[in-house]
Amino acid sequence: MSTPALTPPRQPLFSRLPVVSHLKKSVGLQRGMLIVGVVLSGLFILTSIFAPLLAPYGYSQLSDGSGSFPTQEAPSGKHLLGTTVGGYDVLSRVIWGSQTALAVIVVSVVMSLFLGVALGLLSGYFGGWLDRILVVVADAIYAFPTLLLAIVISIVISRGQSSFWGGIFSCAFSITVVFVPQYFRVIRAETIRLKAEPFVESAKVLGASSLRIIGRHIFKNATRTLPLMFTLNASEAILTLAGLGFLGFGIEPTSAAEWGFDLNKALADTSSGIWWTGVFPGIAIVLTVLGLTLVGESINDLNDPRIRGRKRAGRTPAAPVTQSTPSEAGKP
Amino acid sequence: MTTLIEVPEAEPGIVAPKSKSKAGGGLGRYIVVRFFLIIPTVFILVTLVFFLMRVIGDPITASQGGRLPPDVLAQRIHDAGYDRPVLVQYFEYLGQLITGNFGTTITDRRPVVEVLTTFGAATLELSINALIVALAVGIPFGLIAAQHRDKTPDALLRFFAILCYATPVFFSGLLLKLTFSVWLGWFPVAGRASTRTELAMSALAAPSGIYWLDALRSGNFAALGDIAAHAVLPAIALGLLTAGVFLRLVRTNVIGTLGKDYVEAGRSRGVSEFRLVTKHAYKPALIPIITVMGLQIALMLGGAILTETTFEWKGLGYQLVQYLNARDFVAVQGIVVLLAIIVAVTNFIVDIIAALIDPRVRY
Repeated sequence: MSTPALTPPRQPLFSRLPVVSHLKKSVGLQRGMLIVGVVLSGLFILTSIFAPLLAPYGYSQLSDGSGSFPTQEAPSGKHLLGTTVGGYDVLSRVIWGSQTALAVIVVSVVMSLFLGVALGLLSGYFGGWLDRILVVVADAIYAFPTLLLAIVISIVISRGQSSFWGGIFSCAFSITVVFVPQYFRVIRAETIRLKAEPFVESAKVLGASSLRIIGRHIFKNATRTLPLMFTLNASEAILTLAGLGFLGFGIEPTSAAEWGFDLNKALADTSSGIWWTGVFPGIAIVLTVLGLTLVGESINDLNDPRIRGRKRAGRTPAAPVTQSTPSEAGKP
Repeated sequence: MTTLIEVPEAEPGIVAPKSKSKAGGGLGRYIVVRFFLIIPTVFILVTLVFFLMRVIGDPITASQGGRLPPDVLAQRIHDAGYDRPVLVQYFEYLGQLITGNFGTTITDRRPVVEVLTTFGAATLELSINALIVALAVGIPFGLIAAQHRDKTPDALLRFFAILCYATPVFFSGLLLKLTFSVWLGWFPVAGRASTRTELAMSALAAPSGIYWLDALRSGNFAALGDIAAHAVLPAIALGLLTAGVFLRLVRTNVIGTLGKDYVEAGRSRGVSEFRLVTKHAYKPALIPIITVMGLQIALMLGGAILTETTFEWKGLGYQLVQYLNARDFVAVQGIVVLLAIIVAVTNFIVDIIAALIDPRVRY
């Protein structure tokens, strides 16, 4: 993350972790953005972990001891955020929805990281016909509307709606197909750049195998931009999941709570002035994506010396940045 | 699409001095090479979508299975040729595509080409409206943010940009609908136009399908007002999605160019900060924006599907969802292939424009 030549004393692992090291580098506004992002993301993760404790009812619960829930009831003491057309408690579904979102993020990002990084390393290192084919295919997929591709794939996998894990995996896989080309492009470009570096050359001269060079020398250096991509893709994964749910290709309401699906059902309510069914799941999506994006955005800015604010340089920040650090941050 | 291509013709002044060397031939060659790169892109997507769709089974069973008796079903599958090997069907489909035949939908038995032309115009209209909103919001706000870098206006605008990205189109659409249609009653809730206008538009001879264009041509100004009222909310919902991207791009690039020596030289000669931003730093910052606009088209088409569903805007995206729900995969395949072609062609045009503006792009 920092310029390698200038950091001789190795700091403890904790302060070298992506977000922590960025927090130390940041000043003023950027620090504020990063902190807000970390807090929002933290809240999201905590909510999803403790959903069973936090939610007053189950996500598909329609009644309790005192009888069935009323439908389309305005927020009240018993149902803090009201109830939906189907008689679900809005607050409970918003809370449970975070669990679905987190599961999809984790599964999809892990799958696309694995595939994208592996393909990018192989393609960039070996080149040749494999590289050409992969680049053409990745470019074709990359340029295509992500949501459309995700719809087609989710239809193929789940043939519409499905159970909790079935739905999670089909959503996650649809998102993976969309993401792999992005990871692939970044890692491949880095690999090609690193391949020409002297340390790879010397490893080759010493007789290291291709596998060792890729795994040890290139992998570690090529994956610097991954924390950034991870956060940005996590937010995109939520948006894609919500989009799929909104169009009706997500997870069934009885299998899991999903914000996009709830918004779809809420759409019909708006014309009669019922706002609570749509506004709260929508806010949940916005806050989650906002948190993840703020983290990603801040990491991106802090990695880019042209954009980064300087820490107490002694001068006013209006002075142009004259440092000649080349910027290779993952910019599209 | 042709309206987009007119831009490069206005630019030859920039290219002309370079053509003394071999850059003129270089550009021609670049265009040809880039044009032929469209083919593999479209081909890969067509192949991908075709085989993905066939994994599910044949299109007729998918849409009619359970509704027809088995022998009728088998007869229809045989008539349509879906009982032949998949590879044979694949090559036949490719052959049909080359001749412009996208097949016939299964549920309502219309030629897919007809579906595409009827609903494509509505999507095009929505996208143009949204693009206008996106540029009108994104570029000026981006300039303001760059000028006030790291101060309050910049912070607020950057937050606004991230908020634009973080809000799904259907949620901003829902909020807009709730506020401006239901509570304030300023705009209609959904649709492209009221029924009367729609009837008037379809009664026209040779309609273009783009409502405001048709209304203007027929001089129907009452209809024009109606169309405009319907267009406002969807355009804002979809436009804001991309406005945030434009804002950030303009900001980052203008900040980059503001640090350049020639801007510093201008500043030392006493050029005002406002003029430096709007005159000196702005233009070179536009090049990356044009390049990214190609990718925005894809984002916008995806957003259009959601916007059209939110506002019942009867365009390609709305229709696509209807066909998906009916499991009419011939229609779905046709729409997806068309969108693939649109995306590939716009990226081609964008690359050419970028090459015309910045000769370094050509190789």
